[in-house]
Amino acid sequence: MLKDIGADTVDDLFAAIPSEYRLTGDLKIPRSYAESEIVQFFRDRAAENGQGYASFLGAGAYSHYRPVVIDSLVSRGEFFTAYTPYQPEIAQGTLQSIFEFQSMICELTGMDVANASMYDGSTGSAEALMMAVRVTGRHKSLIATSVHPEYREVIATYARHQGMPLTTVGYSTNGRVDLEALDTAVDSETAGVLIQSPNFFGVIEDVAAIADVVHKKGALLIVSIAEPVSLGIVKPPAEADIVSMEAQSFGVPLGFGGPYCGVMATRDKFVRQMPGRLVGETTDRNGKRGFVLTLSTREQHIRREKATSNICTNQALVALMCNIFMTIYGREGMKELAQHNLAKAHYAAEQFKKSGAKLVFDAPFFNEFVIQTGGAPHVINDKLLQQKIVGGFPLKKFYPELGNASLWCCTETMTKASIDAAAKEVA
Amino acid sequence: MDINDKITKATTHISQNEGLIFEKSSPGKKAYKLPPLDVPAVDAEKLLGELTREELGQMPEVSEIEIIRHFTRISTWNYAVDHGMYPLGSCTMKYNARVNETVARLTGLAEAHPYQPEKISQGALRIIKMLNEQLIEITGMNAITLQPAAGAHGEMTGILLVRAYLESQGNPRKKILVPDSAHGTNPATAAMCGYAVENLRSNSAGMVDLGALEAQVNEDVAALMLTNPNTLGVFEQEIHKIADLLHAKGALMYMDGANMNALVGKVRPGDFGADVMHLNLHKTFSTPHGGGGPGSGPVACKKILEPFLPTPVVITKPDGTLGFEYNRPQSIGRVRMHYGNFGMFVRALAYIMANGPEGLRQTTEDAVLNANYIRKNLEGVYDLPYQTPTMHEVVFSDRTQARKGIKTGDIAKRLIDYGFHPYTVSFPLVVPGALMIEPTESESKEELDQFIEAMKAVAEEAENSPEIVANAPHNTRVSRMDETAAARKPILRWKPPVAKEAELVTK
Repeated sequence: MLKDIGADTVDDLFAAIPSEYRLTGDLKIPRSYAESEIVQFFRDRAAENGQGYASFLGAGAYSHYRPVVIDSLVSRGEFFTAYTPYQPEIAQGTLQSIFEFQSMICELTGMDVANASMYDGSTGSAEALMMAVRVTGRHKSLIATSVHPEYREVIATYARHQGMPLTTVGYSTNGRVDLEALDTAVDSETAGVLIQSPNFFGVIEDVAAIADVVHKKGALLIVSIAEPVSLGIVKPPAEADIVSMEAQSFGVPLGFGGPYCGVMATRDKFVRQMPGRLVGETTDRNGKRGFVLTLSTREQHIRREKATSNICTNQALVALMCNIFMTIYGREGMKELAQHNLAKAHYAAEQFKKSGAKLVFDAPFFNEFVIQTGGAPHVINDKLLQQKIVGGFPLKKFYPELGNASLWCCTETMTKASIDAAAKEVA
Repeated sequence: MDINDKITKATTHISQNEGLIFEKSSPGKKAYKLPPLDVPAVDAEKLLGELTREELGQMPEVSEIEIIRHFTRISTWNYAVDHGMYPLGSCTMKYNARVNETVARLTGLAEAHPYQPEKISQGALRIIKMLNEQLIEITGMNAITLQPAAGAHGEMTGILLVRAYLESQGNPRKKILVPDSAHGTNPATAAMCGYAVENLRSNSAGMVDLGALEAQVNEDVAALMLTNPNTLGVFEQEIHKIADLLHAKGALMYMDGANMNALVGKVRPGDFGADVMHLNLHKTFSTPHGGGGPGSGPVACKKILEPFLPTPVVITKPDGTLGFEYNRPQSIGRVRMHYGNFGMFVRALAYIMANGPEGLRQTTEDAVLNANYIRKNLEGVYDLPYQTPTMHEVVFSDRTQARKGIKTGDIAKRLIDYGFHPYTVSFPLVVPGALMIEPTESESKEELDQFIEAMKAVAEEAENSPEIVANAPHNTRVSRMDETAAARKPILRWKPPVAKEAELVTK
């Protein structure tokens, strides 16, 4: 090949790089490993991580059972070694699966249109607030403090240099958004109000009541859903203008925090202000149904600095996991799954109360709840860890005002035995 | 002559038809089973009151084998790296090693909760630390964050670092310079970070015009966002002068690392003057593209920018264990929850381990060799607008074929019939009618030769029977799609036939 090109050595092909910068020796990284060594290396790392623990951690990342069909299908090279479906004639598999994903997200959230995914729930909620600014032409954003604290940190980073002032609204004693404070805080300059439901405390918000307050002032209501399994049994936030979801619960591994799958859904009338890829139905030259990426004039590769966002990548393969998960559970299973979560969490809350822990909020919750304990949560958690149980998420770092509070999650995978064991320690 | 005569790589075969999953649904079918509930059942209505959901509308009801067949059938309608060469320029569609997938799915890693105690996260933390160190060595930088979820997200993070640094010096400045050959994400990113975008034109060699740069860089310029090699595949030979011009005015050099597959093991951006850059683990480091994502876009930087990195960072604690450090007062804050796309870190580290220093260098050499082999063999068949030496990708134009009315998009569609995924069409914008070809190191000479033959055959068709090319593809499940109709009257979700009809009537 070198001869064909007319080069003597492969280094001739790098002649454009000034010689003073060219590396003369090896990179200082470990030697090349055989496949067997690589597998062993990562097995050792996996073993250094805890395995076989019962975990009460949720807080935005949920441990649901993942049907084996998911990995079996997403491991098909046709899916995972393809790229963004720029050439629809040879990408109908990806395109149709995204169209199905968009359709199911609409069905579950009560929205008209959903995009083909965002990076994750945190960045997606920041993008949703930016979208509210574009739609309303206003600048201010209002965020409930009961929204995931790390989402709020991400939003602060995004907003800082976009002329988007942020203010917060607190929660009332029942754990829901403080409606009176909200009424005072929203004004004619407010573009979007971001709440989460179930919120970070696990409490289900009264979305309709919040929407009334927000819409009265002409602002948009954005509802973030971090635990979408709740949608199997909790009314969808149909009064919202934008729904920003983290779909990790739908069959995506916890994976130490990523990759996950953000999704944005909204009303038809706002679609042209929505960021991210969208798949639409159309026909080919012979009238045959097919799917294409559409409305791309919103996007960076066409609009450059005037685009709705700089986002380019989506989470297609993760969205495919979600699509398969939603298909497996479907119309009946989503409900049954949600019921199991509800039952386990309520059983745990009862047992913890019996042991002397106090339930901090009294509004309805789904699969997570906040308790206050006599002892410090980390002390309780240290004791539980010895029994191979990971306790709830201590809230002191983000909500010092709640004292010895921690957030406990029970999905369908939690057993009664683990709940009973934990109940003994939470007093 | 049959229009398929010259096609050697592919042939048409039976593929299964398959509707949307909703169209297969029928009541009572199930593909799941939950274990018996070991706690008392609860009455949802009693607990949730009017917040209880009534029903789940049009969610599908199908059996497991129907699900397997559905997704298997539609998967066969995709073209993928596993089928063959995928020369999508600037995307680095290389082989995705299966061992990466296996190790990423090991239970202790795949099921690790991001908030589980550090003492039972040492394995994950060690993976992050090792990848940090190796990427720092590969880029020649001093510090890194793995938090950004994708390339464009990395760009945003990098520019925010620049901004925070300049602010700490007293003035964040106003403008970002972006060459006309840059990806669209660059100007979109600058805008998101509160900067005005100023275009920088290329010279006749396809490189940054130093005169223009000198005239444009001043105390208002925060940084230049430079892709190197640039989107023409051309290494910026005067990179040190570019860096010097910027640094002399107090501006920084941001390097878009999209094309890092041309450099790994041969040269390090940190050595030639880049102050901050992002990497695309899904390009250079072989993590799968997944039909559009997930990606991962680590940002590496020089010492001066380190204090501003997103929180948290991984540190070694006094007792020798690893942990996260959150207390970083100058940090730009978080750009994503948790620590980034950890599953991609595992795969990228496995890739680096499999290659080692010699392997990484050879990968780069093979990628550049392959691109130059294509260039040599197609030069003259397709117009080569820039004669400058190219690295890992080559950009032709459709100038010759356009005389017969055949555009780059048509050539791309005909290439599909020949069994290849097209190159990147109509980009970079500095080349009208661009064909941007990046073979990567993964392709054998045999595959490259087949691709070259296919490109030559299409060129000949464009000359002698242009209608074949203009109407391509001929052998795919669907022919060219009506994208105008898709955008004019968007149908973005499935609706049951009755609802759809009712809607049409009311419209």
